[in-house]
Amino acid sequence: MSGPVSAQAIHVGSDLDIVRIRKVVREHAVAAGLSLVDQTKLVTAASELARNTLVHGGGGEVTVSTEGDERGTTIRLVFADRGPGIDDVDKALTDGFTTNSALGLGLGGARRLVHEFHIDTEPGRGTTVRIGFHAPNRRGR
Amino acid sequence: MQDINVSVAEFLDHHGDEIVDAWQRRTFFAGRTGGDCRAVLNGVAEVVLAGRPEDPTAAGFDAIRDLLGEIAMDRIRRGETAAQTAVTLHDLKPPVVELWTSSRDGDDALPGALRLSTALDTLRLVAMELVGGESADLVEERQQLLELSTPVIRMWDGILAVPLIGTLDSARTQATMEGLLQAIVDQQARVAILDITGVSTVDTAVAQHLLRTVMAARLMGAKCVISGIRPQIAQTMVQLGIDLGDVTTRATLADALAYGLRQIGLVVAAADNH
Repeated sequence: MSGPVSAQAIHVGSDLDIVRIRKVVREHAVAAGLSLVDQTKLVTAASELARNTLVHGGGGEVTVSTEGDERGTTIRLVFADRGPGIDDVDKALTDGFTTNSALGLGLGGARRLVHEFHIDTEPGRGTTVRIGFHAPNRRGR
Repeated sequence: MQDINVSVAEFLDHHGDEIVDAWQRRTFFAGRTGGDCRAVLNGVAEVVLAGRPEDPTAAGFDAIRDLLGEIAMDRIRRGETAAQTAVTLHDLKPPVVELWTSSRDGDDALPGALRLSTALDTLRLVAMELVGGESADLVEERQQLLELSTPVIRMWDGILAVPLIGTLDSARTQATMEGLLQAIVDQQARVAILDITGVSTVDTAVAQHLLRTVMAARLMGAKCVISGIRPQIAQTMVQLGIDLGDVTTRATLADALAYGLRQIGLVVAAADNH
């Protein structure tokens, strides 16, 4: 695959949308020249966070974009929902903390898989998670 | 003489109940409320009144675009083809036009029927416009779903394997796992192999499904082996913090089969005379 991959916004309303997000994120990862391990890490993190958007946020929107500057290429993902928000972010990031019967590793695990992780939430106002993943070396143009 | 557009719009308004009643019995509106029929009818009346029955971008159609698209997409999701949906939309026309012609015999009968016919043709266009854009996505989604339908393979007497392929998601994974557990009972299997060589992503939801299946199989007296965890998946799982605990894992399906054979007291040996 060649050429830049433009920013894409994907609505998250069902399990199938998570499948689609994984596909789009993988395309960005391949285009940015990420290794197979890095591709897998980024796609897995995207899958976790998109599922959070769906399950906890009641659906929302995911934006995927690839940015390049003098330091290299970064893939940026934004997961936004208008759900109930998170009461205690530190607690939510703790491994093993879960509000349903899931493993409780999603949020903290996703943070470990990526290079930049920022969470913006307020009870009653929804949650926005922004992540960034750096491509190891800039490709010539 | 009254403007024909006004006459037709008034007709739609006055006979609203009859039309809604007829539409509700048509396939396109099956399972829909009278309110949905009424909303579509109001949209049609609005474009006729505005004198723009042939214009898909008319304000009246804008108001019902999402509703029409939703109904059409819903029908297609349930397995109807786009062509079939177009036919069910066409079925909305006869009751309206017949009602109009039976209630008019003056000079406005023909021009009014033409306007109604045009407006309902455009309605079909508006509904199918949305379907056209989405159906390609749907085909792709179906393929992804097909990719996930996985057979349970009998590897040996008492050893089953499920080669999981593609993208795993809750509903489908659940179905596959249930199929495996049932096969364990049916074939009195003692070893079940979950091979994930073909799986591109193992996130916590997928891992949880795998772990639950292993536990359920264990309760049924079968040993479960997970094989085919590729390097990139292994690294990601470690970083994600997924702990497979005491679940037996093997690098390849062949190793898992060898393990299974040992579990049931068999060994693979070289033949003497080769």
